[in-house]
Amino acid sequence: MTEIRYIAPTTLDEAVGAYAAAAGAARILAGGTDLLVQMRSGAAQPGTIIDIKKIAETTSIQETPEGGFVIGAAVSGAVLAEHPRLGQAWPGVLEAINLIGSTQVQGRASAGGNLCNGSPAGDSVPAMVAAGAVVNLQGPNGRRTMPVEAFPAGPGRTNLAPGEILVSFTLPPRPKGSGDAYLRMIPRTEMDIAVVGVGVSLTLENGTVTAARVGLGAVAPTVLLVEDAAKALIGSKLEDAALEAAAAACSAACKPINDKRGTIAYRIKVAGVLLKRAVAIAAERAGRN
Amino acid sequence: MAKMHVTTTINGEPEEFLCDPHDSMLDMLRGALGLTGAKEGCGTGDCGACSIMLDGRLVCSCLMLAPEAEGKKIDTIEGMARGETLHPLQQKFLEMAALQCGICTPGVLMASRALLERNPDPTESEVRFWLAGNLCRCTGYDKIVRAVMETAAEMRGAAR
Repeated sequence: MTEIRYIAPTTLDEAVGAYAAAAGAARILAGGTDLLVQMRSGAAQPGTIIDIKKIAETTSIQETPEGGFVIGAAVSGAVLAEHPRLGQAWPGVLEAINLIGSTQVQGRASAGGNLCNGSPAGDSVPAMVAAGAVVNLQGPNGRRTMPVEAFPAGPGRTNLAPGEILVSFTLPPRPKGSGDAYLRMIPRTEMDIAVVGVGVSLTLENGTVTAARVGLGAVAPTVLLVEDAAKALIGSKLEDAALEAAAAACSAACKPINDKRGTIAYRIKVAGVLLKRAVAIAAERAGRN
Repeated sequence: MAKMHVTTTINGEPEEFLCDPHDSMLDMLRGALGLTGAKEGCGTGDCGACSIMLDGRLVCSCLMLAPEAEGKKIDTIEGMARGETLHPLQQKFLEMAALQCGICTPGVLMASRALLERNPDPTESEVRFWLAGNLCRCTGYDKIVRAVMETAAEMRGAAR
């Protein structure tokens, strides 16, 4: 093995400086539940490992004055689960993150790592897309933001610019009558990779959907925002016709692969089924908020 | 290769060691530190045999770099018994034969203790979910789950 370096900067500027200086030979370490496995298999051979867990911004959960949340990219699933208000405002986002791996993995794994890993099947991503999360990035040219759905570029690839680091996610304030949910289909009962994952976020007023977003995972090279499904739900009272139209929009959006976990036909069908089930859960939660 | 000097706390005692930047915490524990209780089952975070506590949180030591231990508090299975006095979970695992080959046992015990510290009265489902990241190829899990439930009941009784 070639010379390898580990650094744990305490500021973002230092981290970005080191990352940019390494010119592609560095990897960011958050929870390490993907990176260390990749290093062990030889799939990743970083010259420098930049641990971002000593940086306040990447490891904290802030509540915005408007009622939103800013979640550091390296905050573990276990820490998120213990937050007193995050799970009330965004139960779907939280359940999606908490589905990833075992108790031990939850002690380390982060939403930031899940997104940067670039897997089309990353469980937290469809829920973040449905939530309308915005990612906050910092690179050699300063800060910028992008909608989370614009972040993945393909399996294992992201739209981070060279030297740029994912700092945090901003979740918007929650209007009254809002709820979200995430469901996935896996071949076993727990701890597996999604065959299909669906995130839904709804806002209802007097039973009518006034806002909706749908994120769809594991059925295309990247996680998808399905605007046609949201359009089918908005303005409806979640009648069967609206649900069928939204389910059909999800199925139509799928461009899946055939693999041992699921065939193309199966994934397309299940995308619609999960959409309807996730809408039901999100609507029920919206009724309580 | 330049070694890194790491200062940490293991089972309540100050500890320091030299490591390579890419060494896993599990490698350090089992190697230079001579704490061989944590086992390497898979090396990929699937089996939980290497479970330790890092600042009070259950993690796989195979998925942690040794330099990450700097300034942290680490607890391993070696710190579970108080001298000759076994932790109630350890005692109950013996009484109820909740282990066979023993490879998974240190990780199962660390995970079970972490559960009971958070939730002294778990349901069977909660125990099974919490321990889902600890693979055992001998017992079929039933005796493990029963021993954890029984220990929880005893510890609740003792706390009254």
